[in-house]
Amino acid sequence: MILLDRVTKTYNKNLGPALDRVSLHVEPKEFVIVVGQSGAGKSTLLKLLTREERPTSGKIIVGGIDYDKLRDRDIPLLRRKIGVVFQDFKLLPNRTVFENVAFALEIVGVSTKEINNTVPKVLDIVNLKDKGNRMPAELSGGERQRVAIARAIVRQPKILIADEPTGNLDPKHAWDVIKVLEKINKYGTTVLLTTHNQEIVNRLKRRVVAMKHGAIISDRANAEYKL
Amino acid sequence: MKRRLITFGRIIRTGMVNFVRNMWLAIAAMAIMIVTLTIILFSLIVNATFANTVAQITNKIDVSVYLKDSVTSDDTQKLIKDLKALPSVTQVTYLSKEQALKAYQQQNAGNLALLQAINETDNPLPATIRIKPVSLNDIDQIRIFIDKPNVKDMQSDPASDSGDRRAAIDKITHATNILQRAGIGAVVLFATISVLIIFNTIQMAIFNRRDELQIMRLLGASTWFIRGPFVVESIIYGVLSAVISILIINAIFITASSSLQATSFGLLDISYSQQFFENHYWILLTVQLALGIFIGAASSVIATRRYLKFKTSRK
Repeated sequence: MILLDRVTKTYNKNLGPALDRVSLHVEPKEFVIVVGQSGAGKSTLLKLLTREERPTSGKIIVGGIDYDKLRDRDIPLLRRKIGVVFQDFKLLPNRTVFENVAFALEIVGVSTKEINNTVPKVLDIVNLKDKGNRMPAELSGGERQRVAIARAIVRQPKILIADEPTGNLDPKHAWDVIKVLEKINKYGTTVLLTTHNQEIVNRLKRRVVAMKHGAIISDRANAEYKL
Repeated sequence: MKRRLITFGRIIRTGMVNFVRNMWLAIAAMAIMIVTLTIILFSLIVNATFANTVAQITNKIDVSVYLKDSVTSDDTQKLIKDLKALPSVTQVTYLSKEQALKAYQQQNAGNLALLQAINETDNPLPATIRIKPVSLNDIDQIRIFIDKPNVKDMQSDPASDSGDRRAAIDKITHATNILQRAGIGAVVLFATISVLIIFNTIQMAIFNRRDELQIMRLLGASTWFIRGPFVVESIIYGVLSAVISILIINAIFITASSSLQATSFGLLDISYSQQFFENHYWILLTVQLALGIFIGAASSVIATRRYLKFKTSRK
């Protein structure tokens, strides 16, 4: 589902590569946790997957799409196949919670009737059913995070990338979020999760990819947190 | 097809919703558009008024050619025909000796002594051909024609535009030329400045919301799905600003004519301006709307472009 072959990304030649010949293969329906301290290259990895950045060298193939052959005008189509939970949420400030989640469906031309049907269900999954009319500015950090998750999963993407989705949450809510991720993984979505949270990693018992200085230093199945 | 229709409807709706939600930004942007569009409208009206003043002056100026009594009617008719054929001439009127006398008597109806003196002699007035030029700049062409030796021979006195009158006409011609050029120049200048200011305003408004554009991009929205609502919003700015600027000018005329009771302001003939505005109300409104819509739409297309670009470099 995700294939990286010796991918290197250098932002600034003087600083050395942010990613250094990273190779990673993620099977469909897999749940992969990427761990590593800040600056290890996790964010760069995710930005390459969403085609926000282009690799300096190496090959990326996601869901059968070879990024080298991807034309600019097809980038939106690629992004529609991937659900992303951004570390900084990236909610639209002028739209309500409902509209933020609905936006992901509007992009792909889903009918209003279907949107009105689907969005409340997804808001229910993230426990925000009553807050559909709120503006993002009126929500707590944790609530915003859950809106971001709702938006990422509402299209039932084949791939879900979640960048520190528990970063702003207390343990109880953090675990709720992880349970949502596990649930959609069970329904067949490939999940790529980055986190600092040792407890979550240890409880999930999933494949753990550890990164340091832009390189993968370990890649183990059913692993515990270890750097 | 249905999907496209849904998307199109959403673009329009989102644009309108954004307009309401960003009301303060909208008001700020529109205030600037209103001022600039009003200036354009004002300069258009002033220009038309000056053009009218120039036309009125031109209309008053003609060249009279005085014919010798000996000139035959055939020769007169031929001369009139030749004059009419000149491209610089709009109108040629012929006054016979008798008509010239009558006109003279009418002009001096109050001056009894003069009238009496005229009556005591034979009709001293020559038959006259009055020539109206197309524009003041065409008077030279007419002069060249009537100064030709064969035409000159038919004349009893020098044509009316010689000597002091000639100097005066030249001065008026010069002044009106400057007025016309200044008018067109002002319209072009104000229009250009206004377009730049409006473009800059919309660019700032979109710059304020660049994060939104980039987020939508990351979520996989197509270029027009992102840009469309901004274009719709800018078009709303344009339409409202155009209508309001027309209303402002309208209010100014109402105030000027009712409370100030002014009919002119310096060289500016206000009553004509008002008449021009009223007669061309719909055309001016259309021009303003077209300007507002076009500048708004074009600015937002250009301003959104840079935030919608994909990274193409590998660096």
